[in-house]
Amino acid sequence: MAGSGKAHLRPADETLIQVEDLVVEFRAAGKNTVKAVSGISLDVKAGETLGLVGESGCGKSTVARSLIQLPPPKSGSVVLDGVELTELSERQLRHHRPGLQMIFQDPISSLNPRRRVAEIVAEPLRVWGPHDEKEQAEIVDRMLHAVGLDPEVARDKRPHEFSGGQCQRISIARSLVLGPQVLICDEPVSALDVSVQAQILNLLRDLKAEYGLTLVFIAHDLAVVKNVSDVVAVMYLGKLCEVAGPDDLYANAAHPYTTLLLESIPEPDPAVVIDVSMDQAGEIPSSIDPPSGCRFRTRCPQASERCANEEPQMREVSAGHYVACHHPLVAVAG
Amino acid sequence: MNVGVEGVDASVAAKPMLGSEILRVEDLRTSFFLPIGELQAVRGVSFSLDRGRSLGIVGESGSGKTVLARSIMRLNLGVNVEISGSAIFEGRDLLALPRREMRRIWGTGIAMIFQDPMTSLNPMVKVGRQVTEHLRKHTGVGRQEAKRTALDLLNEVRIPEAESRIDRFPHELSGGMRQRVSIASALACEPSLLFADEPTTALDVTVQHQILNLLSREQRQRDMTMVMVTHDLGVVAGRTDDTLVMYAGKVVEQAPTVEIFDDTRHPYTEALMRSIPRTSQASHTPLVAITGRPPVATHLPKGCAFSPRCPYVQPRCHEEDPVLVSSGSSGHSTACWYPVGSDEGREAFERNLSDRLPQTLAVAESIGAEQSPEVPAEFPNGGLA
Repeated sequence: MAGSGKAHLRPADETLIQVEDLVVEFRAAGKNTVKAVSGISLDVKAGETLGLVGESGCGKSTVARSLIQLPPPKSGSVVLDGVELTELSERQLRHHRPGLQMIFQDPISSLNPRRRVAEIVAEPLRVWGPHDEKEQAEIVDRMLHAVGLDPEVARDKRPHEFSGGQCQRISIARSLVLGPQVLICDEPVSALDVSVQAQILNLLRDLKAEYGLTLVFIAHDLAVVKNVSDVVAVMYLGKLCEVAGPDDLYANAAHPYTTLLLESIPEPDPAVVIDVSMDQAGEIPSSIDPPSGCRFRTRCPQASERCANEEPQMREVSAGHYVACHHPLVAVAG
Repeated sequence: MNVGVEGVDASVAAKPMLGSEILRVEDLRTSFFLPIGELQAVRGVSFSLDRGRSLGIVGESGSGKTVLARSIMRLNLGVNVEISGSAIFEGRDLLALPRREMRRIWGTGIAMIFQDPMTSLNPMVKVGRQVTEHLRKHTGVGRQEAKRTALDLLNEVRIPEAESRIDRFPHELSGGMRQRVSIASALACEPSLLFADEPTTALDVTVQHQILNLLSREQRQRDMTMVMVTHDLGVVAGRTDDTLVMYAGKVVEQAPTVEIFDDTRHPYTEALMRSIPRTSQASHTPLVAITGRPPVATHLPKGCAFSPRCPYVQPRCHEEDPVLVSSGSSGHSTACWYPVGSDEGREAFERNLSDRLPQTLAVAESIGAEQSPEVPAEFPNGGLA
């Protein structure tokens, strides 16, 4: 499915980030084009956490990266706090980037191994100021403390002396020193141990409240996304399938793809009976040559002829719950 | 039971009885000698596994689960390694076998599936030969027959268009398909024991579901014994008969999988269960994080390795390392002085609470936040039912 449409967008004056008709394409071998993101529209209110889910290759990281214009999208608009980012020059864009920060999946490789922690966290300050070293040191200490590290101990160490969870804390500290409005978290807990994952999720929750952050949170673990998000957007092959509040989405999934994802979660509950004879439909097709109409139709048990010919548009199924499907699994309101 | 019967030839014991013991591991220890000191990766693990059963080994990275599996399989762990103890497979101690003998057991007796199907398959070898390589080596079947078997196997693991895929190279397949090929190749010689080491960690959730179903199906159809090594409690739940929970190279709890979840005894298992987010919880449910981090294997704390993070910790835990003892019902054992749900455990928790121990307070606060106040301080199963 994976359809287009903007029925799910809220009035522009209520949102902090507005993405409309975003298209991102990459050149592949030969004359091929990878259609990573094909016309996605999304919005995020200030202070909200948007969860992006989908299989690998669905374009969720590409959407998040196009928010910071890395790379700039092929077409479409990205508005942050009233400013159209796609129309800015490189020089102008630089002045907006401090407001948008990002943390990555692998906390160890995202930190420079040859620098000390204090230098890593102070790096953004060296560019944007304050340039006074004493002031910088104070901010760094405050930030390290906020992410749960003892500045006295951590300051002069290098990344290899820390565990994965601690490195993720350091990169969170670095992302927050400039006081961003928006924090993009690209699979921030996927590389961490289960026992450490909860610490980082709780930390992000606390920091979000303390600094009034708006979060775009990408994860492949649907239980994690449900836990942190205010709104969840399900993506498939560069398109949006469904947008809803997490509790609503997980209880009343309207899109066949959402159901497939939810049924695939290995529930840590031995009472859940698993039908092992089932083999749920196939694999994600290539984004070089995506299926016509609804992009999910090749794996969809509901697919009809209409799905091949006509791309479904986003429509409301209940308040705040939108789906792009010709044959949604719940009755459509109105 | 055919344990200790010397010289039992696997090929003579044609189809041993289901339910008889197939593998008995006793006091297995694996140490790496590094410039910074001895790294004890596995510290005295014992368990026994009956034919046709499935066992889950759960632990975080560094808990020793993979090293345990590789030690039993006698797979290369590098230099400066010392392995002691025994692993008796169908009557023979694998750890004492000469390498030449071991080679006959790989594939036909025990097979293994690895986490990353890209690196476990040979990139230069086509799918068909990949699958039947051991088969031809071990049974000497001809090229034509091997190809037929390969085709059957690829169909069995539900690779679509197997006829055309048989002549492809691994890089031409998706991650899920590659894992199917490596499963087909592991099944080719009909092993009686299959080790799956994080077989789905590198895969998407939908593909993970397919691969786990495939493994469960094959295990049941072939009456195969399976050991599933994973960090994900969700993968063992509902798919394994028994579960071992490992922490810092030791088994801390061992029980039928249902009991691990419903009657958790070890504070680490309990903490792990509480810390994972579940889709059955409402969004924004606070998670009960485990304080601190796993110990460094070269500098293990004295006494119980979990003691620095444990909300039930008592002075004894810092001095004496608890041994695995069976507790209560049959087949459930725990290595803890103050097990969850016991009177000792309850008292220990309350004592720590009144002493305001940080990790105990943290648990009490988080639990308090999600539960009604009349729930007593024992929190059976963390209220996660």
